Amino acid sequence: MTDITTPFAGIDRRKFLGTAGLAVAASPFAINIARAQEATIKIGFPVPLTGPYGTEAQNQVRAAQVAIAEFNEAGGLNGRQAELLVRDDKLNPGEGATRALELIENDKVNFIVGSLSAAVQLAVNNVTKQRKVIYNSISQSDAINEAADFSPYTFHEALNPHMTAGAVGRYAFPKYGKKVVFLTADYAYGYEMVRGFQAAGKAFNIEVLADIRHPLGTTDFSTLLPRIMSLKPDILCIINFGRDQQIAMKQATDFGVKKSIQIITPILLYSARVAGGPQAFDGVVGGTSYYWGLEDKVPTAKAFNDRFRKMYSGAVPTDYGAMGYAGVRTLLMAAKNAGSTDAEKVIPAMEALKYDYYKGPEYYRKCDHQAVQSVFIIQSKSKDMKNADDVFDVVATDAPNEANLRSCEELGHKA
Amino acid sequence: MAGLSYDLIALQLFTGLALGAIYVLLAIGLSLIFGMLTVVNFAHGAFFMLGAYVGLTVLDHGGNFWLALVVVPLVVGGFGLAVERVLVRPLYGRGIDYPLLLTFGLSYVLVELVRIVFGTTGYPVDTPDLLQGATDIGIGYFPLYRLFIMAATAVILIALWYFLERTRYGLIIRAGARDPQIVQVLGVNVARVWLLVFGLGCAIAALAGLMAAPLQGANPEMGGPILAEAFVVTVVGGMGSLMGAVLAGLLVGCVVSLISLFEPEMAKVSIFALMALVLLIRPQGFFGRAGLMS
Repeated sequence: MTDITTPFAGIDRRKFLGTAGLAVAASPFAINIARAQEATIKIGFPVPLTGPYGTEAQNQVRAAQVAIAEFNEAGGLNGRQAELLVRDDKLNPGEGATRALELIENDKVNFIVGSLSAAVQLAVNNVTKQRKVIYNSISQSDAINEAADFSPYTFHEALNPHMTAGAVGRYAFPKYGKKVVFLTADYAYGYEMVRGFQAAGKAFNIEVLADIRHPLGTTDFSTLLPRIMSLKPDILCIINFGRDQQIAMKQATDFGVKKSIQIITPILLYSARVAGGPQAFDGVVGGTSYYWGLEDKVPTAKAFNDRFRKMYSGAVPTDYGAMGYAGVRTLLMAAKNAGSTDAEKVIPAMEALKYDYYKGPEYYRKCDHQAVQSVFIIQSKSKDMKNADDVFDVVATDAPNEANLRSCEELGHKA
Repeated sequence: MAGLSYDLIALQLFTGLALGAIYVLLAIGLSLIFGMLTVVNFAHGAFFMLGAYVGLTVLDHGGNFWLALVVVPLVVGGFGLAVERVLVRPLYGRGIDYPLLLTFGLSYVLVELVRIVFGTTGYPVDTPDLLQGATDIGIGYFPLYRLFIMAATAVILIALWYFLERTRYGLIIRAGARDPQIVQVLGVNVARVWLLVFGLGCAIAALAGLMAAPLQGANPEMGGPILAEAFVVTVVGGMGSLMGAVLAGLLVGCVVSLISLFEPEMAKVSIFALMALVLLIRPQGFFGRAGLMS
């Protein structure tokens, strides 16, 4: 009879717990718990929205948003959605470091991805490694792989000059000849690229006839061209970027350099070719991390391009833009695999990734977190273009291979 | 140094003269405006850039380069007239730094407007079909288009010289530069003379921009570096002296070219080293009148 006197008579114990649970869930306290579990994953994204690389930076943002959208549609991390916090680093290391610090301190971001300059990424990396926040850099640099700048929190999704110059050199030296003249922008990017070409050139016994340095922002190369032509090289290697590159190509073409000399360049950008025009770049051979035309051969490139076209009314992603996609997507996938956004758990998950998201197989090398990936050799064309975006032919692929990277010992990492 | 021959040095000098021709074109407008109006026009680089963009617009609307050579100086020169009338004129007689600051600000506004209308990336400008390729000039191959620039500069200079030295209007302009008050007393509307000179200077700057576009493309910032070079040329030649601007422009071109042959890294600095040297020996420049700035 005691059963009848109990207040809970007739009520099933399980049912009670369920009801109580609902009541608790309805209270403000429970909502807080639920929120904490489903807090959005914030990814800070400092890129130079203003300044000479503004257009490229916008493309990085667009491509990164593709990765965010895909992640969220697939259900996120157990329901946790991702969000991109875009900031302008103004192509300035100080600005980049400040934005990174604000993103970490004020916005409490989980990860940082971004940059479009070697100097800015090193500044951002300095901040993130002190704060123990994972940073995935999407801009070229050799220094970021080296032990002095590296930290376990540092990842490098972009190519580095050693890989890029090496791939272009291995393609060009046996094909066009051994006598080389370098025309190089006078700063770190130029030096790293020349070093990469020379390392690759050793196997082919290349002969460097001259290494001519020009200041950044040169608008007239006419005074350098007569000497280059009188040296009669097989290859003129133009190592500069953006506007400098467009002007150098244009003026070399006007001086008739291409009649007897093959022009190569380590990084041949889609946007530079579009801005420089078909005439100036015609026949120039260079390297790239990505070109949308890969979609004929690489299924993941097709999927990525299609998604990008759908989101941005038919536009195609650029090379640096695509790295924005890869940089964000690898972190989100690693977080998903780890089941957490905790840096200490995401790092091993990143190291374990074997991924093919947009350009064929890739993985992060353990010692320096450099993404081991293909380098594509492309040649600019002025004829047989199917549409305005069809500007390059992919003439060769330098497959992913750790042998093409500087060794871990060379970079100062202990085995 | 390997491969150094007389032909190469001669070709290098010739390249320097071609480069100098563009400096001369920009400096001449700057010098004209300063010599006649004592206005240091910091917007000159922006007018140079506008020339390239107006030319681009002409090309986009089905015109060709030759049509642009006519349209660009008219449009940008007309805009220059408006700038003088509305912005610069109220500042006459207020000291040299007033119009300097005004035009400095104006250049920012113009560059920003072009960025808004045309975008920040810049556009390629093709060399006109007739002038493509390189031709043998006896000492080596040289781009046809650069030969054209040298010839066009010579034509513009001769026309300008004829206008200033051999026409009635030129006489009034020269007299107005020397003593505006007396000219005013003689019944000449000096304000109109100044208006015309400012417009003319801007038109020549625009023409220089249009002609530079096939060499380096058109972008909003293209006026910046070349304005600095044009100022050096003006200072070396003597502020306000047309003859000085021509000689100094060609000299600067040749110095840059020869230094590039041996020490390319020093080429940019050499321009300013040359200026420092000239100023030490001759503070007013080659043909400058002392005390014009005070």
